[in-house]
Amino acid sequence: MKSNIASLLLVGGLTAALNASAFEPNKPTCIAPAKPGGGFDLTCRILSTGFAKAEITKIPMAVTFMPGGIGAVAYNYINSTTPDDPNKLVAFSSGSLLNIAQGKFGKGLDENNARWVGTAGVDYGAILVKADAPWNTLGELVDDIKKDPSKFVLGAGGGVGSQDWMKAAILMKSSGVDPKKMRYVAYEGGGEALAALLGGHIKVFPGDVGEMEGLVESGKVKVLGIMSPERLKGKFSKYPTAIEQGYDAEWTILRGYYLGPKVSDEAYNYWAAQFQTAYKNPAFEQVVVDQNLVPFNMSGQVLDSYIKERVAYMRGLAKEAGLIK
Amino acid sequence: MDVLHYLSIGFSVALTPLNLGLVLAGCFIGTLIGSLPGIGPINGVAILLPLAYSVGLPPESALILLAGVYYGAEYGGRISSILLNVPGDAGAIMTTLDGYPMAKRGEGGRALALSAVSSFFGSMGALLLMVIFAPLLSKLAIQFGPSEYVWLMIFAFTCLATMVGKRPIKTVVGVVIGLLFATVGIDSGTGILRFTMGIPNLFDGVDFLVVVIGMFAISEVLILLESWARNDLKLTPVGKSFISFSDIMAVKWVILRSTLSGFLIGVLPGTGASIASAVAYGTEKRFAEGKDDHFGDGDIRGLAAPEAANNASAAGSMVPMLTLGIPGSGTTAILLGALLMFNITPGPLLFEQQPNIAWGLIASMFIGNIALLVMNLPLIGLFVRLLSIKQSYLVPIIVMLTFVGIYSIHGDTFDLFFMIVLGVFAFILRKLGFSLAPVILGLVLGEVLEENLRRALSISGGDWSILLNGTMTYVLAFATVAALTAPRILKALKK
Repeated sequence: MKSNIASLLLVGGLTAALNASAFEPNKPTCIAPAKPGGGFDLTCRILSTGFAKAEITKIPMAVTFMPGGIGAVAYNYINSTTPDDPNKLVAFSSGSLLNIAQGKFGKGLDENNARWVGTAGVDYGAILVKADAPWNTLGELVDDIKKDPSKFVLGAGGGVGSQDWMKAAILMKSSGVDPKKMRYVAYEGGGEALAALLGGHIKVFPGDVGEMEGLVESGKVKVLGIMSPERLKGKFSKYPTAIEQGYDAEWTILRGYYLGPKVSDEAYNYWAAQFQTAYKNPAFEQVVVDQNLVPFNMSGQVLDSYIKERVAYMRGLAKEAGLIK
Repeated sequence: MDVLHYLSIGFSVALTPLNLGLVLAGCFIGTLIGSLPGIGPINGVAILLPLAYSVGLPPESALILLAGVYYGAEYGGRISSILLNVPGDAGAIMTTLDGYPMAKRGEGGRALALSAVSSFFGSMGALLLMVIFAPLLSKLAIQFGPSEYVWLMIFAFTCLATMVGKRPIKTVVGVVIGLLFATVGIDSGTGILRFTMGIPNLFDGVDFLVVVIGMFAISEVLILLESWARNDLKLTPVGKSFISFSDIMAVKWVILRSTLSGFLIGVLPGTGASIASAVAYGTEKRFAEGKDDHFGDGDIRGLAAPEAANNASAAGSMVPMLTLGIPGSGTTAILLGALLMFNITPGPLLFEQQPNIAWGLIASMFIGNIALLVMNLPLIGLFVRLLSIKQSYLVPIIVMLTFVGIYSIHGDTFDLFFMIVLGVFAFILRKLGFSLAPVILGLVLGEVLEENLRRALSISGGDWSILLNGTMTYVLAFATVAALTAPRILKALKK
């Protein structure tokens, strides 16, 4: 399977490279569909600094902001105003995909209204509890939850139906508890949820690996399980995954970029090829790692079909959880 | 002493020529940005962040520059509030209530000077509190749970009730309109879209700045136009009056109390300058009741309180950011992003591992505040001259600035239309004798109140007794009851 993807990528990259000469970008910008400072901002900075450091663009690409509805506003804007502009790359995350899956990106807009072109990297969910909590493994925690799910308070930085909620729901599902019985508290962003965990207002915080670094080091929180398919490398390698501990709880936070739905094949292939060039450059990888993301390289058609598969999977999850009919 | 030792490290960082220059530049840019309606500290910091990064400044210098912009903007926000009745940023809404009436009767210079001095003492006091109590406060801040927030918001609402003035019903209606605005957007408790009419721009709720600028600036312009059409425009007298020492002495306790409450509210994650200034204003009005109070007609206490509080809250919001890595306000969230871009993880270890950054920033804030005061006082003469600009020039300039400011937030024309609709709506409200501040506060407080009430109830599984659980909730509940009943009891006792 892996080698398959790799060869597909290679072929995709090669054909893209052959077609590339026909298109020349003109003042490309990255649109971060949120306020400055958040995850989308980070995603755009990776493109802007990473491409400049890999010498794909001479100067860092400009970053503009278009906040609203985890990307819904930008999605509508691109579709209604500039669906064929080859110089506007828009950042997206699994959070955007999840909302597309639930039909929250506007009337009549779904995953086919964009050309998914490249990825920045991935982050993974992590089950965090306070350092002095009585549980040391995911198993101990789940056993306690099972005793009385309605007394157990989980909380994270997004509303019901967001990917933070989804992480909690998946954990519940994998331990055989009905996600609808879960007591979930929605905060504004991971920072507030973390504060609530430290203050003892919530007991479990399904957060992200990328945001837990400082607190884990200082010994204020502990990690019970990482929601990645396999163990992470480097400084996070000491934490077991949820899957290792026997719970089928995986949540990958994908970060990447799309182009408008009517962008020409030449331009689309050009950008897809540029991403392949960047992925081969260690300078780009360093930028990705510096932002606490794990490299995950996929571009062009391969990514496009991967995204469509993910959205279909999420649609299934959302139906199961009773979020959509 | 440890603190003094660290502070001296901090000052040695902050006093290098580069960093000193950056503090001054940041404060200056911040004042400018803050004084432009629509462009507040959030935008200012966001605009400068990539610049600071690409110039290759070392992290502590970049942070010093950006923080300078932050509190510079809190200073600058008062200028257009006082002179034009248009808040320069969200924290300066309450400043319009007494600042503008002062300017109207020719005391613009006095109002600007007094607010600069209040701002100065507000932030200096808050900085001192931060240096001494930061580690302790960060522990207290996280103890503050949903129930405590609910009570804090109810307390703020009861303080608001004292703003009622002559028309209690109209204030209540205003607050309710604000509460209605607060319900727009995706409901985080259920994930359902509320009152968005399918418009994606409303999924995150109405943007606070669009509402503030639309309601204040556009309606102000409409009112100016109306008086121009009726030909009864009178130029506001510029006046020569300046601040006197007795003015400062008259508000010293006001500043002290507002600094304390502003700082504490700033420390709490999720509450910022607008709530801090509203609480300070309401509290002072309560204190002043019956004692020759003309709040709302240009009372210097009504000007000093919100200004001291909003600057104190700017310093307060740095506490959870530096000690826990949790932003205390929208702007500190961006500063946090800036730290992460430099591969510095703020959090409990920042003070130990990177004392030059944490303490350098704190020291630079002391320097910046002195610089701001020195910079602002002589400029007052210049600012006041704004009032002598002919309305036919001033009106188009205000309109232009608001449009640019609002467009720069989202880069979307929807906000501009929305702003105009709100402006016309606000104009009608004002013509009917409503005051706008309750509407805005209903919006801010309502959102925090609803979120936290829902959080508290989902933690307890729908059991309301969670609202009276823990010492802090009792203290806040008692304060609320006291704020409601104390004036009546005092009155009864006097008889």
